[in-house]
Amino acid sequence: MDAGTRNAAFSALLLALFAVAGAGLVALTHALTRERVLANERAVLERALHEVMPPEAHDNDLLADRIEVVSPELLGTRDPVPVHRARRGGRPVGVVLTPVAPDGYNGRIRLIVGIYADGTVSGVRVLSHQETPGLGDGIEAGKSGWILGFTGRSLGDPPLERWRVRRDGGDFDQLTGATITPRAVVKAVRNALIYFRDHRDELFAAPAVEGEGR
Amino acid sequence: MSDWRGIAADGLWRNNPGLVQLLGLCPLLAVTSSVVNGLGLGLATTATLVISGVTVSAVRRIVRPEIRIPVFVLVIACAVTTIELLMQAWAYDLYRVLGIFVPLIVTNCAIMGRAEAFASRNPVPAAAFDGLAMGLGFTAVLVVLGALRELSGQGTLFDHAELLLGPLGEGLRVQVIEHYRGFLVSVLPPGAFLGLGLLIALKNVIDARRGARPVAVPAHAHGHGAA
Repeated sequence: MDAGTRNAAFSALLLALFAVAGAGLVALTHALTRERVLANERAVLERALHEVMPPEAHDNDLLADRIEVVSPELLGTRDPVPVHRARRGGRPVGVVLTPVAPDGYNGRIRLIVGIYADGTVSGVRVLSHQETPGLGDGIEAGKSGWILGFTGRSLGDPPLERWRVRRDGGDFDQLTGATITPRAVVKAVRNALIYFRDHRDELFAAPAVEGEGR
Repeated sequence: MSDWRGIAADGLWRNNPGLVQLLGLCPLLAVTSSVVNGLGLGLATTATLVISGVTVSAVRRIVRPEIRIPVFVLVIACAVTTIELLMQAWAYDLYRVLGIFVPLIVTNCAIMGRAEAFASRNPVPAAAFDGLAMGLGFTAVLVVLGALRELSGQGTLFDHAELLLGPLGEGLRVQVIEHYRGFLVSVLPPGAFLGLGLLIALKNVIDARRGARPVAVPAHAHGHGAA
């Protein structure tokens, strides 16, 4: 073996050694933090669920009592949408689902919507959005109280044709300087209510699926 | 021979990654909408700089020139991934706010730049100190720019400090300007460019003033070429 080949072989070996050491370090960190990261993710999801479905209203594990449904027309996405079911003493109390408003001013708005078994909204929050700061981001509960206006509403209150922003002849306020964002959210919440009305019994009857999902 | 004061001055001011080298601008412009975001990403970047600096310096004698770049890439990628996992475990809320910009620390040219220009040619303690100085210099720019944009954009400082400091940060938020209506441009990306431009201009003015009064310039500032 001449010197050049030896050098190249040594370099290759060294590089491989670094790759193995680096991968080992990352794997070790991953193993050590996995439990904690999973717990963090669960805690965040649980917090979001309880924002829209009061913890005292149900006695089951919302995180575990979960199914997945697909409805591109009413839930705004072709992906499976997780539905968490709230029960008390085994009887249906309500559901929490995460529909998407596909027609925000700046892309998709992910919502989390809680609905009581009788079709009343128990709460709505925004999970993620890219709306304009200072205008469309008023849909965040931390920025304005607008999103709280859905609580207690249902498909009969206001009547279906008035589930629009005021500018479109409906009952819901728009935000100062932003109409498209609230319009998209109102429509998404209304569609989620329609979906729930049409599938109520199947939603509660379906057996829970394994796995956490995100 | 390590010129500690020179290294510190380089990282914090003379050769600041954010204001002079203009490296790592993507995260710098993207996350500086508030003080807390800037500080969070700055600290994560500093940790990466120190870890990669120490590692690169420790192996500088056995790594041949032809494989040094892949080795640097490996070291930096592993450091960033490890930090990302640790943040997910112990600062999950902050991690959710910084999102994609934590893994993107890997693409911050300042880190590769310091590995190549400094750490691979200097002993471990100097490389560690250089990483620290550069990181803190970068963090300072992130924090100042974040403060500038947060103050002019929404009239507050240290909003959401609890993401970084836990319960300690709860009461830290300061409403500097009461009933502030907000100034949208500051919060949007153009505000980042405008703010950074102003900061660079300010630094140049200060440097020009100091240069005009040679008496005030400390001796060690002379004859220390930037790497």
